[in-house]
Amino acid sequence: MPTELIRILISLVAFAAAVGLIALVMVWVERKVCGHIQRRPGPYEVGPWGLLQPLADALKLMGKQLVMPDQADPFLYWLAPILVFVPVLLLYLPLPVGDGLYALDINLGVLLIIAFAGFTGLSMILGGWAQNNKYALLGAARTVSQSVAYEIPMLLSVLAVCFVSGSLNMAAVVKEQGTWPWNWNVMTQPLAFVIYIVSALGETNRAPFDLPEAESELTAGYHTEYSGMGFGMFFLAEYANMIVVASVATVLFLGGWQGPVLPGPLWFLLKVSLLVLLFVFFRWTYPRVRFDQLLNINWKWLMPLAVANLALTAFFVKVAQYAFVK
Amino acid sequence: MNAIKQAFRTVSDLWSLMVGLRVTGKYFVEPQRTVRYPWKAVSTVGTFKGHLELVGGTKDPFKPRCISCGMCAISCPSGCITVVKRKPPKPTPEEEKAVAEAKTRGEKVKDQTPKDPEKFLYDFSLCSLCGTCMENCPTGSLRFSHNVYVAGYSRNDFQYDLVLQLREAEAQAKPARREARPAAESEA
Repeated sequence: MPTELIRILISLVAFAAAVGLIALVMVWVERKVCGHIQRRPGPYEVGPWGLLQPLADALKLMGKQLVMPDQADPFLYWLAPILVFVPVLLLYLPLPVGDGLYALDINLGVLLIIAFAGFTGLSMILGGWAQNNKYALLGAARTVSQSVAYEIPMLLSVLAVCFVSGSLNMAAVVKEQGTWPWNWNVMTQPLAFVIYIVSALGETNRAPFDLPEAESELTAGYHTEYSGMGFGMFFLAEYANMIVVASVATVLFLGGWQGPVLPGPLWFLLKVSLLVLLFVFFRWTYPRVRFDQLLNINWKWLMPLAVANLALTAFFVKVAQYAFVK
Repeated sequence: MNAIKQAFRTVSDLWSLMVGLRVTGKYFVEPQRTVRYPWKAVSTVGTFKGHLELVGGTKDPFKPRCISCGMCAISCPSGCITVVKRKPPKPTPEEEKAVAEAKTRGEKVKDQTPKDPEKFLYDFSLCSLCGTCMENCPTGSLRFSHNVYVAGYSRNDFQYDLVLQLREAEAQAKPARREARPAAESEA
């Protein structure tokens, strides 16, 4: 067996375990932060500071009966929750967690992540369609227009960074950035960073862009009819995707594992968790936007800004090439 | 020109996002308002408007001020109050004689019947807590209790006799007072 395959297998297992653990912690963090923002204690009954609450929730979800609505499409119905989770593990493969600490050394890492991130939207559409439920279908329809729209500015902003670093290899992008915060790409590409964060929220269906699952309008949106672990998979995938977009932001804009004093992986985790905490804060601060507003933000603001940013970046990169690299 | 102005306004309005984050950030670090109930109780029970209770007199806090006039029962829109007056006590032979003598002298005989009620029946399941009885009481003998822990299994659990409740309160308070006194003496 080639060592590369063994490496990928081991890291896949590690990532699967990490994703499960991180999702549990994230559920706890989300509820705790939400509680404190609303001046409540949040979960505190199960375990110290309520730390075991998500575990209890997970056990409850696993113990629940899996129900399928009448006249639903059984194949697609059960395929969707599996399909939503499998590519998530793939997204972690090219992420450099530390110096040389990555599963897959691939020179198209950014492209791989962005390509497979589209699977999440696909499985949401499948699930929404298969349920034979109007709310789920509406949620699925919203997912389509939202993720298609927000993928473009996200890609353009990522591309701007890749122009600067001259590579699609995530490890190379991190290496190219320096140790100190002023050496990171966020200083040279602040607009791209903002665009990336906004469209990442849109891509992962996080509030204020959580229209596909808008509780007050669509019950639960695309996963309305799912019970037990069917719902649990969607839930898990949402948090896993959140970690992925935060990790990509860290790698591309915040210097990845680079940082003073502390070891690399610790810096990486620190940056990712700060970003995720920011996302959680966004969720409990901003009200959900209307659907026309959502699309207006994207097509009228993010898209032109991202294109302009990319064009400017490309121009300056070329100028720099002519001026300094003969 | 207008479009540019509007675009600038949109961008400058982004500041409100920061304002929102500041508000939630402030609340995030501030202490919580939630009281973890079974372990701690709120301190504002005094503002709670519970069922009716009788007010005791100034001398004896466990003897109601009520004079059994029945104004509360008349004014109650839900008809949940029934005041049962005391029967006059059976007079001793000397008293009977004195009354008869007074009558022959043409004097007015003073009614010796105690004014406080025998029973003060109150149906909490009908009461709408409007407070009309309190407003109409000439002696100020009614008030809302602060009892937040009222619970029962059936409608009959909410048929109160307020006089009885006052007596129970007395029975509860008296032994406590008796215990407190020797303790204070021994300390002295």
